[in-house]
Amino acid sequence: MKKTYLLGAIAAATMVAGAASAQATLEAVKARGELICGSNTGLTGFGAPDANGTWAGFDVDLCRAIAAAILGDATKVKFVPTTGETRFTALQSGEVDVLIRNSTWTATRDSELALDFVAVNYYDGQGFMVKKDLGVSSAKELDGATVCIQTGTTTELNLADFFKQNNISYQPVTIADDAEGQRQYLAGACDAYTTDASGLAASRATLPDAENHIILPEIISKEPLGPVVRHGDNNWGDIVRWTYYSLLVAEEKGITKANVEEVAASTTDEEVKRLLGTSGDMAVKFGLDADAFKRAILAGGNYGEIFAANIGEGTSINLARGLNALWTQGGLQYAPPFR
Amino acid sequence: MTDATHKPFVRTQMLQPSAPPLREAGVVRWLRENLFSSWFNTILTLAGVAVIWLLVSSALPWWLNGVWTAGSLSECREIIAASAGEGASGACWAVVNERWNQFIFGFYPVGLWWRPTLAFALLFAAMGPVLFAGQKRAMLILLGSVAALVLVLVTLAASAVPNEVAKVTDAPFVWKLALALALLTLGAMIVLTVMGSGKLLWFTGLYPALCFWLLWGGPIWVPVGALFGFVLLAGVYAALVKRAGPGLAAGLGLIVALVWWLFLDVPVTVALNEAIPFGLTAVQSDQFGGFLLAITIGVTAITFSLPIGILLALGRQSDMLIVKTLCVGFIEFIRGVPLITLLFTASLLLQYFLPPGTNFDIILRVIILVTLFAAAYLAEVIRGGLAALPRGQYEAADALGLDYWQAQRFIILPQALKVSIPAIVSTFIGLFKDTTLVAFVGLMDPLKGVTQIVRADINWKGIYWEPYIFVGAIFFVICFGMSRYSMYLERKLKTDHR
Repeated sequence: MKKTYLLGAIAAATMVAGAASAQATLEAVKARGELICGSNTGLTGFGAPDANGTWAGFDVDLCRAIAAAILGDATKVKFVPTTGETRFTALQSGEVDVLIRNSTWTATRDSELALDFVAVNYYDGQGFMVKKDLGVSSAKELDGATVCIQTGTTTELNLADFFKQNNISYQPVTIADDAEGQRQYLAGACDAYTTDASGLAASRATLPDAENHIILPEIISKEPLGPVVRHGDNNWGDIVRWTYYSLLVAEEKGITKANVEEVAASTTDEEVKRLLGTSGDMAVKFGLDADAFKRAILAGGNYGEIFAANIGEGTSINLARGLNALWTQGGLQYAPPFR
Repeated sequence: MTDATHKPFVRTQMLQPSAPPLREAGVVRWLRENLFSSWFNTILTLAGVAVIWLLVSSALPWWLNGVWTAGSLSECREIIAASAGEGASGACWAVVNERWNQFIFGFYPVGLWWRPTLAFALLFAAMGPVLFAGQKRAMLILLGSVAALVLVLVTLAASAVPNEVAKVTDAPFVWKLALALALLTLGAMIVLTVMGSGKLLWFTGLYPALCFWLLWGGPIWVPVGALFGFVLLAGVYAALVKRAGPGLAAGLGLIVALVWWLFLDVPVTVALNEAIPFGLTAVQSDQFGGFLLAITIGVTAITFSLPIGILLALGRQSDMLIVKTLCVGFIEFIRGVPLITLLFTASLLLQYFLPPGTNFDIILRVIILVTLFAAAYLAEVIRGGLAALPRGQYEAADALGLDYWQAQRFIILPQALKVSIPAIVSTFIGLFKDTTLVAFVGLMDPLKGVTQIVRADINWKGIYWEPYIFVGAIFFVICFGMSRYSMYLERKLKTDHR
């Protein structure tokens, strides 16, 4: 009986809080003069504070682009580190305005949690890393292997599905976090280490003998990672979504951080004009300044530049664009037209 | 007749004692007695030596090959491979060397490091009058070391200002002024100690506000306003205690103070700040991290949980039904729930109940719940102490005509607390170590939070033991210190002759 009352009270409070914050996120951010971005507590390449406490990373740069679009200043972001347990509640309760923290878009999260995933800024998938001398070239040959796996994640379920479908057996070795997984794998506690492919690449890059380890070709799950907003404030969701798309279009059109001013002055492409705010009032319709998307591009460059600077080939993590290439180059990153 | 020629042999001088046989002397005897006294003992000794040898021989190279200066983990590995040969293992302390400041201060602005440093040093001066009450010599040593510590550390921390960028910092004269004031205060405390005055406790009372102001900065009127509430409380109590009795006077004082804190404090401090703006650069809670965070939470919770715990323990033994029920309910509820649950409540659930837009500081929320958690445990510990007292002590207090509070203060609590010291300190040590759990609500505790951030740097990804060992060592020093103090206190308070 008591429990019911308590749950009811929580639900009511949630709705009140939700209703009050709907429609108001943009105004709240503008009034505050600062975007509050839910971020990871520290994930290599995607988001972590550096030695001086300045946040940097692939997800972080998207936060900065949004802040630049709304407030005109890419540094006006407050990053709130969230853990796997606290992230969605922090968003629901209004503690953060937007959550950009390598969160996988799933049906349950979209429906049950009253959240909206507005875009996919990184297509990830679960992979395997094994030692070369194991003599395995495909995940299907891992019959009877011990596999290091983080508990309580979607990867655990994916792993079970994959081995069941292929009718092979495995022995799970559960670990708490990536550092422990890497440690156990190196110590030989497990034959294979499985997690998101981007994480595997980062782990492999820092192994003492990276050349003796391979990442198997199979990707056994879809992990579309993207920014999340609260359900109900559609305009706010649109702003996050289209700021992200503006970075994609910028790459498609060859607009970079370095040449954006020049392009804005000289372009004859009507879509680019609309994007950069030199003709029409595209951004104003979202409640932003006319040159909002230009500022977003100026913050960290276009999507390709952000990718290359944080996780792309040439960085230590050395991820290929793969699925995250533009649709024109055989990838999945596709922005609807700015029209 | 005596036979002079047949004298019995009488030795006229002492023989030099001869050395004991080899097997009964020195090292050999000690070994025989302690390590090889029986065949079973011999086996145990040999097995023990073998285990120690295994541990040392496997870990020693790792410690000896340690590298202190390198820019990344891979650089560490190269240096170790070059100096100790391919495949050798070695510790990469370079990570500690490069990131120690984050383990200590989190992301507290570099230019302001002197503030937590000063607050930390003064903490000992504030605790002194409580920890070493009546121990003039110990107090003088403590205050002297604190003064030296303040002088050295604050100067060091203040000179750590990075010159490359215009970082957040106070005006340059501020830290010198603060240093001078701190040294003056310490000097005055030393003089007071020599005079044997009890006024030192005033500093202890003022310290929480001072510490808050040093750590978070902002206008000075905020802590002053908060303190003024206590002044009101004390004033009302002093004015009414003669006429209305201690209970009613304290209650009325509390009501007046609450009215001040809830309704008048904020407008008055805002107005004062506009009239006389004076303050330190404000620091946001999300910049706190590492041991700064752990010690802030730990010390605050320890300080406030003890009085609350005592009140709860007394309340649980009370004859008043409502007081007793409330205390029992509170204690049992808090003790029945894991600390993690309470932390999640602090971080998540409270957000739902507060009006949208209110920014109730996360560290404050965590401190409050950790304090309540520790208080519930302490209440039970102290209840154990109260139960250990013979019934006669209570009856004797009644026979002397003391009222309830006098009896508690003069007879019951001093004995009950003395009995409970080991358990109380155990609770404190546990509480301090539990502060690392705040990592689960996204705060940067030294053990997991900061370590995770350090590992997220591609240069240090893959590092495992070194941060843990570093943080563990500091935790050990602090906890060991607490444990030794509790033993000192037990010896000092020992009045029986067992």
